[in-house]
Amino acid sequence: MPSDIAIGDTLISLRGITKVFGEGATAFAALKGVDIDIQRGDFVAVMGPSGSGKSTTMNILGCLDVPTEGQFLFRGHHVENLERDQRALLRRRYLGFVFQGFNLLARTTALENVELPLVYRGEEKAARRAAAMAALDKVGLADWWDHTPAELSGGQQQRVAIARAIVTSPDVLLADEPTGNLDTERSIEIMELLTDLNRNAGITVLMVTHESEMAAFAHTIIHFRDGLVEKITENAKRPEVKA
Amino acid sequence: MWATTFLLAVREIRRHLLRSFLTILGIVIGVWAVVTMVTLGNGATAAVKEQISSLGANVLQVRPGQGFGRGGGGPQPPDFKIEDLDAIRTQIVGVTAVAPLVQSTGTAVFNAANWSTTINGTNREYFIAQPWTFTGGRSFNAAEEQAGKAVCIIGNTVINRLFRGTDAVGKRFRIKNISCEIIGTLAPKGQGGFGNDQDDIVLMPYKAVQRRMTGNRDVRTIMVSVDANFDSQQVQSALRDLLRERRHLNSDADDDFNIFDTKQISDTLSGTTQILTSLLGAVAAVSLLVGGIGIMNIMLVSVTERTREIGIRLAIGAVAREVLLQFLVEAVTLACLGGLLGLLLALISTVILAPVLQVPFIFDPKINLIAFVFSALIGVVFGYFPARRAASLNPIEALRHE
Repeated sequence: MPSDIAIGDTLISLRGITKVFGEGATAFAALKGVDIDIQRGDFVAVMGPSGSGKSTTMNILGCLDVPTEGQFLFRGHHVENLERDQRALLRRRYLGFVFQGFNLLARTTALENVELPLVYRGEEKAARRAAAMAALDKVGLADWWDHTPAELSGGQQQRVAIARAIVTSPDVLLADEPTGNLDTERSIEIMELLTDLNRNAGITVLMVTHESEMAAFAHTIIHFRDGLVEKITENAKRPEVKA
Repeated sequence: MWATTFLLAVREIRRHLLRSFLTILGIVIGVWAVVTMVTLGNGATAAVKEQISSLGANVLQVRPGQGFGRGGGGPQPPDFKIEDLDAIRTQIVGVTAVAPLVQSTGTAVFNAANWSTTINGTNREYFIAQPWTFTGGRSFNAAEEQAGKAVCIIGNTVINRLFRGTDAVGKRFRIKNISCEIIGTLAPKGQGGFGNDQDDIVLMPYKAVQRRMTGNRDVRTIMVSVDANFDSQQVQSALRDLLRERRHLNSDADDDFNIFDTKQISDTLSGTTQILTSLLGAVAAVSLLVGGIGIMNIMLVSVTERTREIGIRLAIGAVAREVLLQFLVEAVTLACLGGLLGLLLALISTVILAPVLQVPFIFDPKINLIAFVFSALIGVVFGYFPARRAASLNPIEALRHE
């Protein structure tokens, strides 16, 4: 188990990012000039109180939203001005999402849920099945492939969601409070899984959390306050994770 | 891309079977109603045409008097004479046959059996004007016609009543106390357009009926068969002019005879049933429209209900067009399923109902195709608005939707 993480070139670079919601008198600046660099292969936790701008930043990083001003370089390309559909294609190609509320399709088997991104990629059925089963295997749920979300526990649902996020082998996995709906034991299991994917599959992980125990799994911790980056710390003592 | 979208749509429909069925119920009933109405209506039109054509295609029937009856008070207009027929034959172009009809009724007796029937005196040309088929024997010959010989051609009902299925040709029977030789038998025609039994008939040379039964030389009805290459309207008006002249009518006097055009009646009656069919079809089409609104309703609810799902799809990289297509294809697939189900039900119900309503079952591929295409079209039109709404959702807000 390598304790040192190989962190490569800059994957994401935010410069002077602002985000203003509303107009005129009711305008509200959620982000007031954010500069962040994220290295390929990093495990980043984004922390901060509610309203500090961490979710807005995640939405912009996930190409779900566009900044009002500023530069956003992804893999060396400007992506701050992409159209809605171009951003969708970028998400499809390079990003994977994990949400607090799991967000699996109801009444749909785990396998079909995991397949979904591949369906949009237009992959053949056989290839889709194989890749989805492999992803389910990676999160330890291969035996549960034909279960619907209602038949799975919260921890299992989040594992399926992670499998769906990694089935396309994305560059970046964005996790928005991935343990918010889970008890401590399940939360740690999820964090161990994310750490494993970060170390062994080379996936860059960006995670929003407000629990410092969870942030402790990250390599870099970005603290937000009032729409600005308060501080960026490196986490020297990451817990050992079993493979 | 299309295959993918279709797959997603089918999955979604399968996942909500009951809701899907309720969604398409309107379309099912609409298509069912339209196709059933039109198919049965077409059957009715065909039945009317069939009954009218048994009167003879393109035949003008000329009778004295105005309208269908002989009229009420006043002097009765005279019957026609056989000379009138000769005049028609020689002076009017486009006529293939001119047959007199001298009618009488009487009892036919053979051995112990007797049967009261209609006796029609006519000539050979009658069989050109009227669609009869001989099952045995022959028509009158010129000598029999000229001499007014007592020879008979009998219809199926008379054959059944008097001869009970045995071969009647060559036998003699008594009709109105005249001994008559049977020279021909006719195939059954069935019930006429006015509920009369067309097969309850005995045909004799008109001279025989005039001399031995009616006792005069009058001809009640003239049948004029019009050559298909000629305009029956023109022939009709020439006929009218000729008869007016022969009956010495002043130019300001009304006709004292009427010309009954079977083709015209057939066109009018079948036109009427066709209009009724179209009306019924139009009423049924309204229910199809209502069915479309039902689809839009459910799809709109479905978009709201599935907002989060749409958010998930957008987040994992679906472009707006794919979401739009998914919902559109879902709506169209539903509508097409509804259309197919409606066609199936219509087929079953028309096959069952046609014999009950005594109309022939005529499968009309055109109306089936139109109804199906129309239901698909309804899917497109009424599915577009909800699909549009789904595609334009903001992924962040959609994901936050409870």
